Amino acid sequence: MADALRNADNSDMSSTTQARLAGEAPLLNVRDLAMQFGGLKAVDGVALKVHPGEVVSVIGPNGAGKTTVFNCISGFYQPTGGEVYFEDKPMHRLPGFKIAQAGMVRTFQNVRLFKEMTVVENLLVAQHMHAERNLLRGLFKTPGYRRSEKALMQQAGDWLERVGLLEFANREAGNLAYGQQRRLEIARCMVARPKLLMLDEPAAGLNPNETRDLDDLIVSLTRDEGISVLLIEHDMSLVMGISDHIYVVNQGQPLADGTPDEIRHNDAVIKAYLGEE
Amino acid sequence: MEEILYFLQQVINGLTIGSTYALIAIGYTMVYGIIGMINFAHGEIYMIGTYVTFIVISALGMLGIANPFFLMGAALLVAVLVSCAYGFAVERVAYRPVRGSKRLIALISAIGMSIFLQNYMRLAQGSRDMAISSLIPGGWEFGIESFAVNLSYMQVIIFGVTLGCMLLLSTFISRSRLGRACRACSQDAGMARLLGINTDMIISMTFVIGAALAAVAGLLLGMYYGVVNPYIGFLAGLKAFTAAVLGGIGSIPGAMLGGLLLGVAEALTGGYLSTEYKDVVAFGLLILILLFRPSGILGKPEVEKI
Repeated sequence: MADALRNADNSDMSSTTQARLAGEAPLLNVRDLAMQFGGLKAVDGVALKVHPGEVVSVIGPNGAGKTTVFNCISGFYQPTGGEVYFEDKPMHRLPGFKIAQAGMVRTFQNVRLFKEMTVVENLLVAQHMHAERNLLRGLFKTPGYRRSEKALMQQAGDWLERVGLLEFANREAGNLAYGQQRRLEIARCMVARPKLLMLDEPAAGLNPNETRDLDDLIVSLTRDEGISVLLIEHDMSLVMGISDHIYVVNQGQPLADGTPDEIRHNDAVIKAYLGEE
Repeated sequence: MEEILYFLQQVINGLTIGSTYALIAIGYTMVYGIIGMINFAHGEIYMIGTYVTFIVISALGMLGIANPFFLMGAALLVAVLVSCAYGFAVERVAYRPVRGSKRLIALISAIGMSIFLQNYMRLAQGSRDMAISSLIPGGWEFGIESFAVNLSYMQVIIFGVTLGCMLLLSTFISRSRLGRACRACSQDAGMARLLGINTDMIISMTFVIGAALAAVAGLLLGMYYGVVNPYIGFLAGLKAFTAAVLGGIGSIPGAMLGGLLLGVAEALTGGYLSTEYKDVVAFGLLILILLFRPSGILGKPEVEKI
């Protein structure tokens, strides 16, 4: 693992963005996050920042609490301590759907599609918060309703094309191949028009080719859509290749943070991955 | 010939009752589909719907209004509105506070709510039967000299209204945005919430839709039988629950099918064996399904929700 850490090629991606260097206001600002389950402190004192347009990764050994951090930020859990600010607005007391509406959308480690709905319906559901929800207008199918429904379909179609799933639009999502399901999940997040996309181990179970596609996709999301990405990932070449900034978590506590280069040569990080000498 | 006509009569009677079971069963199945619990107070909502129907019809009757269709329409409107309010309130008071806890706790809360509503109605309306005279009497007769099949107007109305409700619901669930959100919640509520769907609102809506359909069933059966008391919700609820399990709990088409099958099975038992065995057959069916096909006719094999 440490070798992977050290050898993972750091491409020409710019590390540490201008925004971070200039000390601009972060998009996501997590301070002193804590999550306690009974007597177990799963997360304690984690802090992280994501600036606009950045790809930020959270890494750490298995069981370090990375996913718990995600769960707290996205409102899947209510954190027991600390603060989560998104665009300077407090998020840590809001229910999950308000957090999504604020512009943070996530995936889970395991694929969580609506398996019994069609591919395109999965995307339409994710557009729910942007859609006209007036029941009467829906029942009577007013022109305005039709127009907005058409716009949603258009957007869904565009994204399906981008992730190469357009031909499967009317297939049940559960029948797609695994790699396709992963891509559909990202498309589903994107039609929700997030400002911050949170991906929990998106490369898990993908083959090297699919991982490379994923890499390209994430880069294109930040470049073309202007969104930020917060990433949990074990694939070190992916993490080192696309991250602007990396946070290392170990046993629920922050261990280090820095550019991919700094992390690669950080002794504490290497020790955490290899164990004490 | 006579046997065939006799059989036909039983099937007609069975489908009449069965379609109202189906309406009530939809409420059970939708709530189960979305939060994985049995709303045992659902039968009481049906009972309340029947009471409101009787009260509205009696009150308007006293004012001298006699047009049966106007009476029925007014009763339908008021019964649905009142029942929806009850359905909404029941979820808020008895289920939402315990939603995160163990299933047993929600179940006890539901049963408590059921007992409360039953006794509240007993205090408010008295425990004796209330009756109204038939608003829409008569019907068609056809057959041969020795046996005529009866198809009353009320039976036709029951079929018609039930069918209409089911078509409306199916369209809503499969076509509308809220219906889509509803299906998403029933598959993975946690994920739906993180995609910006207000799942609490969807759950409330599910209870309200179920209550509205129960009220429609209450109106139809109330006008069909002409009698109501505070205890009718219990048996009707159990029957509809059986229908929902028979069809596959969580599946809306399953609830419709289960209701119709149960109604016909009951009517045939009544017609060929004895009406006293009706309930024995209904609940015998429930036991058999639970033993041999717990997921029901149209249900998928149960995957434990975590």
